[in-house]
Amino acid sequence: MHQDNNTEITFHHEYDREASRKEVIKITVILSVITLIELALGFWLYLSHQSLGPFMVHLIKGVILILMLAKAFYIVAYFMHLKHELRNMIMTIVVPLLLFVWFIIAFLADGNSYRNLKNTYDPYHKEQSETKVQKTEHGSKETDTKVGH
Amino acid sequence: MAQAVPAEQKWWSGGKSPFNVEYGKLMMWYFLMSDAFTFGAFLISYGTIRFASNSWPDPNEVFQSFPGLGNGLPLMFVSLMTFILIISSVTMVLAVQAGHAMDKKAVVRNLVLTIIGGIAFLSCQAWEWTHLHHEGAWWGSNPFLNADGTKATTNFTNFFFTITGFHGFHVFSGVVINIIMLIMTLNNVFERKGHYLMIEKAGLYWHFVDLVWVFVFTVFYLV
Repeated sequence: MHQDNNTEITFHHEYDREASRKEVIKITVILSVITLIELALGFWLYLSHQSLGPFMVHLIKGVILILMLAKAFYIVAYFMHLKHELRNMIMTIVVPLLLFVWFIIAFLADGNSYRNLKNTYDPYHKEQSETKVQKTEHGSKETDTKVGH
Repeated sequence: MAQAVPAEQKWWSGGKSPFNVEYGKLMMWYFLMSDAFTFGAFLISYGTIRFASNSWPDPNEVFQSFPGLGNGLPLMFVSLMTFILIISSVTMVLAVQAGHAMDKKAVVRNLVLTIIGGIAFLSCQAWEWTHLHHEGAWWGSNPFLNADGTKATTNFTNFFFTITGFHGFHVFSGVVINIIMLIMTLNNVFERKGHYLMIEKAGLYWHFVDLVWVFVFTVFYLV
């Protein structure tokens, strides 16, 4: 129990420093490994995205997004210690965040629908978005940025 | 006057902490929740525009430089930035834990390391922004083509600079908060109070900054 100048009572979580240190090391390793896997997948996409085909590209990107959520979980649960708080408090934070489920689905679906509508009803837009252009020397402010594409 | 003692604890009648955390920490959590919605709105609008576009620039073509090593190195620099932020998050946890153990020396050491990590990240971002700016990228100006060779709109650079800028501003304010925590620790403010709970709140903010970077890094550089 800690003493402050208010009278609110909180009970100190029991702390075992050695155990917490072990947990930190474990989580650090997990986060690093997940990041390395993400990077490996990113390189795989970069090196062979022509040969992969759209299904594999989407699959790899999906796996990267799931790994991203796993990292978010480990940071919030262990580094921010939310897993060790009282269940009621966790719920006041996690339940409002469920709004994101609607938020993401609704808006991405809306974006997708807008693209389809434009492609269907705006032939000029469609034509423009299919016209390949020459890569211009961007502003020629820096000359060493040319790389063979 | 005899008064019956209620059989069950009345947690909500005042004087107790039903969530067993102090006020400031709870409010930090709710602030971070609102901040998550701000970042969420930014990232989802980015996603919406990407879904509404027929093509989009390839991040591996845009972000492919490393200071001192030149071009053609996609993902390398941003990996470095990501690891800097993860490690600074780790040192922040260690500072919070040292605070629980009332170990002032360890708090100072880990806070200094966290601040160095934050400044290193900001320096990386400054270099990347400068580099992109020299290539002609800025708000309202996009020199990069779409992945399929068609002309890109400025949506890409607008979202990139707005969202990484907003995140960078959070990193900056996190560094400032950590410097204030360091000064307060060195002045024995927390020793006199008898607890280091303030560091815990600063730590929550710092981890949140790391958390947001996990999302920004993934959606801008990887997918």
